[in-house]
Amino acid sequence: MLSGRFAVFIVVLWMSMALLASTWDLSPNVINLPKMFAAPEWSSLLGYDDLGRPLMDRLLIGARVSFWVSLWVISLSMSIGVLLGAFAAYAGGLADQVLVRIIDVFLAFPGILLAIALAAVLGPGVENIVFALSVVGWVGFARLSRAQVLSLKRRDHVLAARVLGASRWRIITRHLLLLSVAPFIVEATFGVAAVIVSEAGLSFLGLGVQPPDASWGSMIRDGARYMLVAPHMVLAPGLALALVVLALNLLGDRLRDYLDVKHS
Amino acid sequence: MGVFIFQRVFAALLVIFSVSLLVFLLIHWIPGDPVEVMLGESAKVSDREALRQALGLHLPVWDQGVRYFGALFQGDIGQSLYYHRPVSDLLWERLPATFLLAFAGIVVALCIAIPAGILAAVHQGSGIDRGAMGFSLLGVSMPNFWLGPLLILVFSVQLGWFPVSGYEASGSLVLPALTLGTAMAAVLSRMLRASLLEVLHEDFIRSARAKGLSSFRVILRHALPNAALPVLTLLGLQLGVLLGGAVITETVFSWPGVGQLMIDAIRQRDYPVVQGCILLISSITVLVNMLTDMAYGWLDPRIRHA
Repeated sequence: MLSGRFAVFIVVLWMSMALLASTWDLSPNVINLPKMFAAPEWSSLLGYDDLGRPLMDRLLIGARVSFWVSLWVISLSMSIGVLLGAFAAYAGGLADQVLVRIIDVFLAFPGILLAIALAAVLGPGVENIVFALSVVGWVGFARLSRAQVLSLKRRDHVLAARVLGASRWRIITRHLLLLSVAPFIVEATFGVAAVIVSEAGLSFLGLGVQPPDASWGSMIRDGARYMLVAPHMVLAPGLALALVVLALNLLGDRLRDYLDVKHS
Repeated sequence: MGVFIFQRVFAALLVIFSVSLLVFLLIHWIPGDPVEVMLGESAKVSDREALRQALGLHLPVWDQGVRYFGALFQGDIGQSLYYHRPVSDLLWERLPATFLLAFAGIVVALCIAIPAGILAAVHQGSGIDRGAMGFSLLGVSMPNFWLGPLLILVFSVQLGWFPVSGYEASGSLVLPALTLGTAMAAVLSRMLRASLLEVLHEDFIRSARAKGLSSFRVILRHALPNAALPVLTLLGLQLGVLLGGAVITETVFSWPGVGQLMIDAIRQRDYPVVQGCILLISSITVLVNMLTDMAYGWLDPRIRHA
């Protein structure tokens, strides 16, 4: 069951759910009290929640939230982290030492704790989650790109490029980072999984997506409250979340083996 | 060795100071007025001003910062706006519960990770290996705020073995510890497997086998101590993740620890308490990382002199 094909299938399913959710006519926030805790039926394959809202529709919206949040967070934190790490490592000296110190401070913090603190400070909302998780997320990319550039910058082809008068930007982007694409892909895959869990975790704590909007995390929180009467409320979003995260971690593992990336 | 210890302690103190500065600045961006939250919207303006004066909230941020750090160096981390008690008292009350949970989580993690890692490494490539690593991947991928409710559903609601939540009842520690320990077990078992696989190809393992030792003894006495070092480091590094996860796990199980105190304080906009909780958890993390570093240097002299 735990094959690469399974992982790709789940990830593609998640992405298409997220993208198609915008085009379908969903009613995730329509309250229908007669349907309270109702079991699954044809019009709603997963049943209804404590306010009679269809769980399937809410699950799809949750998929959309997790997809866009992770896309934004990974794009932001990767571009910032990779560039900062690469420039600091290439320049060396003081710039590099300052970056290493900053990275140390960030790593001293349990990531989720910093995200919780930031989300609490900024207040709830999707944009604030994206900001909080990007602040946490860039560190990993910066460390990776610093290590990559340090290991590559003494190579002959970099020296040749410098002799030919290539600019620093060109050397870093074309001659150093382009050679490091494989580890970044692997890191980003694990990163997406981590962001999805963090977003759901923040929403679970009530610091992320706010009611009535759906997120897998807030659906799990609501479901946990009514576990005795309606276990399907906590099972459906949790299963979706765990499957997607499992598939992404599996994919990251396979990619690492396939692309032959040495360090994690 | 003295210089090595001094360097590590100094670096740790520097990190703790940076963290507390960062937290102080962050907390003071909170939109919303704590005075309004405490007194309610109908409070008189004069009452609000009086409270603001009493708490020092009328001062500029840098002035509050100077006062805060001045007090911090004397071990005073402020008063709770909500409970009207010193933050340090609240933290002291909650700390034992969090330590108990973290310790139990580590025990669970080790009890799962050590056998799983050894079995996977010894039977590399077999069904046992694939099963253990599949389980490990599953453990990493199950967020604790879902695993927790799931365990409650099975072991409390269906089987009735353990209490749903709380702290006092006997057996109430089991489910939170399982929830917290599973993810760590997954990470540790992978590391132990990888580390053991490297050691098992060494010459001294072949010698131990050649002189006729049982494979049990070879693994336990010769391979495991040599493979333990990276696992020990990871255990130290993972403690931060564990304490971060404890915040969520405590919320799931209504476990009266520092994490739950922090989440409640966020809801009450009781920011001295939020500050104190973050400072405490990150200081513990930094100290444990420092001790791990030192233990590593002590166990492996190559690190010290590098």
